[in-house]
Amino acid sequence: MTLKLSNTTPPVQGHVQRKARETRADKTVAGVSHVLLALWALMVLIPLAWTLLSSFKTTKEIFASPFSLPEHWSFTNYVTAWATAGIGSYFLNTVIVVGCALVIVMVLGAMCAYVLARYAFRGSRAIYYLMLAGLTFPIFLAIVPLFFILKNIGLLNTLPGLIIVYVAFALPFTVFFLFAFFQALPTEISEAAQIDGAGEWRTFFQVMLPMARPGMASVAIFNFLGLWNQYLIPVAINTDQDHWVLSQGIAAFAGQQGYAVDFGSMFAAAVIVVVPVLVAYIFFQRQLQGSVSAGTMK
Amino acid sequence: MAVFMGLPLVIYLVFVISPFAQAVYYSLTSWNGFNNQMPFIGLANYVQLFQDNIFMIAVRNSIILAIFLPVITVILSLVLATLVTIGGSSRGQIKGLRGAGFYRIISFFPYVIPAVVIGIIWGQIYDPSAGLLNGILTGLGFDGLKSYPWLGDSRTAMVASMVVIVWGFVGFYMILFIAAIKGIPAETYEAARIDGAGRFRTAISITIPLIRENVQTAYIYMGILALDAFVYMSVLNSTGGPENSTLVIAQKLFTTAFSKGQFGLACAMGVVLAALTLIFAGLVFLVNRLTGGRTEVAE
Repeated sequence: MTLKLSNTTPPVQGHVQRKARETRADKTVAGVSHVLLALWALMVLIPLAWTLLSSFKTTKEIFASPFSLPEHWSFTNYVTAWATAGIGSYFLNTVIVVGCALVIVMVLGAMCAYVLARYAFRGSRAIYYLMLAGLTFPIFLAIVPLFFILKNIGLLNTLPGLIIVYVAFALPFTVFFLFAFFQALPTEISEAAQIDGAGEWRTFFQVMLPMARPGMASVAIFNFLGLWNQYLIPVAINTDQDHWVLSQGIAAFAGQQGYAVDFGSMFAAAVIVVVPVLVAYIFFQRQLQGSVSAGTMK
Repeated sequence: MAVFMGLPLVIYLVFVISPFAQAVYYSLTSWNGFNNQMPFIGLANYVQLFQDNIFMIAVRNSIILAIFLPVITVILSLVLATLVTIGGSSRGQIKGLRGAGFYRIISFFPYVIPAVVIGIIWGQIYDPSAGLLNGILTGLGFDGLKSYPWLGDSRTAMVASMVVIVWGFVGFYMILFIAAIKGIPAETYEAARIDGAGRFRTAISITIPLIRENVQTAYIYMGILALDAFVYMSVLNSTGGPENSTLVIAQKLFTTAFSKGQFGLACAMGVVLAALTLIFAGLVFLVNRLTGGRTEVAE
């Protein structure tokens, strides 16, 4: 009987029916999801679009209405921000400081992580926990003594001083992330390199480091974002205006409130600061998303 | 070998670990930075701090941030991550929503924008007369809010500031959770579906328990950030807001040290902040453990 019944209903038909029924529920869920996600996307995009729009307006137009279009589309505000307000020179300082710090921290961090992951020695556990402490303790605890350490060695308010502090504070994150990475690399390869006569330096730089490239790229991106956006460290230990970095320069705009602030140029400066990182992000976003997942698999 | 390990370690010890240790010692002195005398005064700085009403307001504000920011950010980003990953068809292969890539890319934008710039942009959005928010609200007919100072009224300043920080971080944690959810084997979801679990049930009973460690890590990172919050708070309201309603420990520490030169006292504030951070992390671990999570530290 049952056999007969099942024979009379072709499986294909049943499948189609079920599919039709489920799709309606699916559509509702998908619709609601899209609405919620689109709302969130608008929450993100509207402030950014508004900033871009305002950067073309004069201060007078900005105060007239938040929505009005500028009467003349021109890059006057950008020129003012870049040249007169000094954003150009802060940009250069930031590129120098972040560029140097990034290269140094990647090399030092990779060496440190490699040794920690590859060799068992006395105190390696202690070093590991010291790094963990550096990740957990607030930077504010260190900021006052740090100021005087730099003062005593004559690096206060200098770019090299800023670079070395950036390196030191980016080190624990770099070591942690790369530690997991080097641990996962097969030991046979470094052994093979050693048997072939490569010394420790050569094994590291010509064999192990290239193999760790995906991990290095991810850490480098996160370090770049973190250092490019850094504000507290420069505000505390780099107060000479000639050596300011971008975040200080743009904060100075907001700090002038009450005086005659050129709001149009302030928005233009904000765009100048955001665009390079945003472009870099869109360019590297695949890499970055991959690295977030790598980071969570630890 | 020695060079490999030695150079990074020396830099790290000199510029990170030794300042931490020195700060603890300075916090026991009444050092003012103008001379090399560091009179040892024991715990007097701490006594002074706990009798200072404004500092206690700052502590309260920082604790409020540490309580609310992680909860709100983690829940919001979990919801968005769930929508993106399992919002797709319930037939056939488990898959995400169509257009998920687009939402992922957009959501991450705020994370790549410098905190200072986020603060400045939102400071303008909240501007009473020319700001975007009041522009939209009056456009929708809320004329009573025409020139309402969101950051200038002690009733809303804190909430408005929290919105800014949440805006800045939801996307990052959303991406983190999406990656974690994608790490869950599809078979697990298929099994749950065959057993008749709906989407909501799957999210609560499958997704969250399986990415528990990621949630814990996110929660701790967000808490550490909330206890700092210096950049956002100082850009949105440089003097601590109306009636100190947005003053946080970090701001108080910074002015105490670099405007007033009371370095001993500032270091004591740093120690209080560090203690709060450790207590927070400890509590999160404890709660996770008591509610049945794994006990190991996610390394």
